[in-house]
Amino acid sequence: MTQYILRRFLWAIPVLLGASFLVFWSIRWVPGDPAIAIAGELATPELVEKVRAELGLDQPLPIQYGIYLGRMLRGDMGTSVRSGLPVFEEIRIRLPRTLQLTFFSLLFAAAIGIPIGVLSATRANTWIDALSMIFALLGVSMPIFWLGLMLIVFFALTLPSWLGLNQPILPPTGAGTWQHLVMPTIALAANSMAIQARMTRASMLEVLRSDYIRTARAKGVPEFSVVYNHGLRNALIPIVTVIGLQFGTLLGGAVLTETVFAWPGIGRLLVDSIGYRDYPVIQGTVLVITVGFVLVNILVDVLYAYLDPRIRYT
Amino acid sequence: MTASSGSITARQGGDVALRAPRSNLSMTLRRLSRSPGAILGATLVAMFILIGIFAPVLAPYDFEAADFVKVRQPPSAEHWLGTDELGRDLLSRLLYGARLSLVVGLISVGIGVLIGAPLGLISGYAGGRVDQVIMRLMDILLAFPSILLAILMVAAFGPSLTNAMIAIGVVSIPVYARLMRGSTLSIKEELYIEASRSVGTPSHHILTRHVLPNTIAPIVVQSTLQIAVAIQASAALGFLGLGAPPDVPEWGNMLQKGRTYILSAPHIVVFPGLAIMLVVLGFNLMGDGLRDALDPRMAR
Repeated sequence: MTQYILRRFLWAIPVLLGASFLVFWSIRWVPGDPAIAIAGELATPELVEKVRAELGLDQPLPIQYGIYLGRMLRGDMGTSVRSGLPVFEEIRIRLPRTLQLTFFSLLFAAAIGIPIGVLSATRANTWIDALSMIFALLGVSMPIFWLGLMLIVFFALTLPSWLGLNQPILPPTGAGTWQHLVMPTIALAANSMAIQARMTRASMLEVLRSDYIRTARAKGVPEFSVVYNHGLRNALIPIVTVIGLQFGTLLGGAVLTETVFAWPGIGRLLVDSIGYRDYPVIQGTVLVITVGFVLVNILVDVLYAYLDPRIRYT
Repeated sequence: MTASSGSITARQGGDVALRAPRSNLSMTLRRLSRSPGAILGATLVAMFILIGIFAPVLAPYDFEAADFVKVRQPPSAEHWLGTDELGRDLLSRLLYGARLSLVVGLISVGIGVLIGAPLGLISGYAGGRVDQVIMRLMDILLAFPSILLAILMVAAFGPSLTNAMIAIGVVSIPVYARLMRGSTLSIKEELYIEASRSVGTPSHHILTRHVLPNTIAPIVVQSTLQIAVAIQASAALGFLGLGAPPDVPEWGNMLQKGRTYILSAPHIVVFPGLAIMLVVLGFNLMGDGLRDALDPRMAR
């Protein structure tokens, strides 16, 4: 197992180096001088020259990348053009909010998606199954930012008017209380919930057809125990993997959800920075989310190998 | 390949022997026609394509014509879906938006297929170092959450519909490369490829005449599903202000503009989102149906 974990981490090194090179290189796609792009369009010529010297922009590309990598490893991601604060600090303040939203969305998606998948599989080819899968398909097809807007319409306009209230049931924007968390969590979770429901159904159907389930039923084990203790327990292995991979995807989706609900996380920081052409912040947030995404994927692989020993030996 | 599989069936079965050999395409269409989901999907997709093509004929008003007396009007007999923040007819803008989404979907998927599929084909067929290098590059692209890579590219190149299409296309390259590599690897081991190689057929001939035709089915399925992803991604970039210019009736753009009036005129955000959802649902249903219909294991 230790060897497997080591192998997975070693594999991640070139991928992370490649991804960081792409982020580093992206500043060269910006039309014009990269030093101006990093220092900001309003920067003085002295500042632009200082940035040029600091980043070694007059040096060959591999050396520039080396300087960039060294700075990133020290946590020096440059200075925000907009706020003048270190990019690392800007991200550090907002990251917990994004992680909070992602974590609750994942929890919510699993809490609803897995039971729907189980119900669908145990009632396969009935109207319950059809309804659940239509629900799942809608969840996959619905743009999460639109669902967010619809939730705002419902909780801030429709429902209060039905109840004869003059104020929104839930706050449509901001963060701080549990009420603020409800709408962004549902919006971000919808897609993941649908994927988990479909995955659970497929996995459960396969497990429920196995011989040991037939044996359990023949022995007279109660149906509830057959489904949950024997069935779901074994069907969970691929589901756990999907849940883990969803965490990374949700980190990406948070960019949209945070924009809809003005949630003060790094996704919104990224979108705001694009408007201000604040390239050090854009590069920093993309790099942090990507590193998180890669690390979570490794953890999922390791967890999968732990749960299913066959993986380790292939 | 198609005719031979039909004739083998004809020789084996009793009652089947009377039937004429069926082509792969007609069998796929038959299987598709038995799936209610696929029919619904195909209908939605066909409607979307027709609307995209005939938008100028179908639109009741000029999609750019502003009427400041009639701003943010709810749906009525005059304006079936209401008007937007500048008094423009929402239905006309939605119909034109379908055309844009269709173009975005096709072009970005085209970019993904045209670059990704050959890379996968070469990678799978050549193996060794070439395979290693191509696949590690694909791993790097896959290291990013897809929407994030698209955002990074559009932020650097500058927001525009063309850049959004390119970004969405580039993000999908590894998907096709991996798919094509997998198919090529399995086909490469087939006896007829070995036979072809042993009689000295050049590699490019084997690739284009034998390997490529047999990898088309998964690419078609993936492309159908990927159009849905592309339309959603383009709307997402539009919503973030990273797609088409603000006055263009792109669905994501319309949602971004309408957001400001969400509590006073919710219809401005309801309909564009509904349109995105129906089109994406259509492509998803059709893609799922095609996958089942093309999978030989589903055949009788």
